[in-house]
Amino acid sequence: MNNLAVFTKGILKENPIFVMLLGLCPTLGVTSSAMNGMGMGIATMFVLIMANASISLLKTQIPDNIRIPAYIVVIAAFVTCVQLLMEAFTPDLFTQLGVFIPLIVVNCVVLGRAEAFAAKNNVWSSLLDGAGMGLGFTIALTMLGGIREILGSGSIFDYKFITGDGILIFILAPGAFIALGFLIALINHLKIKKA
Amino acid sequence: MKKKPSTLKNMVISLTLIAGAAALSVGIADAITTEPIALAKQARLEAAIRVVLPEFDQLSEPDTLTVDGGELIFYRAYNNDEFIGTAIATFSNRGFSGQIRLMAGFLPDGTIHNIDVLRHSETPGLGDKIEHRKSTWPQQFRGQNPATFNLRVRKDGGDVDAITAATITARAYTDAVQRAFDALEGKR
Repeated sequence: MNNLAVFTKGILKENPIFVMLLGLCPTLGVTSSAMNGMGMGIATMFVLIMANASISLLKTQIPDNIRIPAYIVVIAAFVTCVQLLMEAFTPDLFTQLGVFIPLIVVNCVVLGRAEAFAAKNNVWSSLLDGAGMGLGFTIALTMLGGIREILGSGSIFDYKFITGDGILIFILAPGAFIALGFLIALINHLKIKKA
Repeated sequence: MKKKPSTLKNMVISLTLIAGAAALSVGIADAITTEPIALAKQARLEAAIRVVLPEFDQLSEPDTLTVDGGELIFYRAYNNDEFIGTAIATFSNRGFSGQIRLMAGFLPDGTIHNIDVLRHSETPGLGDKIEHRKSTWPQQFRGQNPATFNLRVRKDGGDVDAITAATITARAYTDAVQRAFDALEGKR
């Protein structure tokens, strides 16, 4: 697989949300607005890139039996750093995302890529894989957040284009499931058509 | 290079080194961010005090009071040595999702000058209407004196308009303001 394919496969072909259905907890939880979805996506992308690269570097040094705890420690360290940096430099976004930032540690996209890709490939491809998967995750979350914000609040990226409320259910938890369901159906439809 | 075999020695060394490196990097990140985090918090607090009180040029040292298992923080503001009001960082634990922290500004006679939200985790699009940038809902408190203005939502027999689909949030908000007002009255 060439480098470009490694990078682009995460965006659509193996998109972590729409195709692999990994990491749905933060996906459904934070995407009540486009900005939140994007913030969460970028934070996860950063962790994915860093974790993939370091696990790929360390892969020969980690005995098989303890690989999962070793990966989790590496991932948790990066997530904690991201959390501290966000609290210091983007305090508003940090308050919005709140509890979901520490939860990136247990996001199965991150551990999944470490186990399925970084542990078997070189540093450079692992970095690209992390960037591609992270980008796919960010796009998916921003789309979902955008759809929910447009329908639920009548605004996009906090820019309000209707007065009053939208369809409130899209802001609440059931709206997340409904919107995600339709998005996955749409993506599958497009994929089948293409094939 | 071949993978290291899973012997006890290898596993102990590998995991110890990884944990040590992780602890070190988290420690460094913490050392770098401690100051900016404190500054960001302080800036947020001062900005909120400026929103909720008329113009002032001097602020007293914060004064804390513990009530209902939480802390109220009082800031007395002066303009040309004249006392112009008290800003109180108050809280409510009755929010829809977690604690709500507000900054409430009271003029010397107890009238509310303005209220700003310090922190909340209410539902975006519904409960976040307590923020000034999201709706005009918090405007209704301006110029009201809680001694005559019943700080409860209309549904509960008070004078406050609730927020559509977020009555719990509105109740928590008034609860926090009431707590600040009671403490202010108690101190006088």
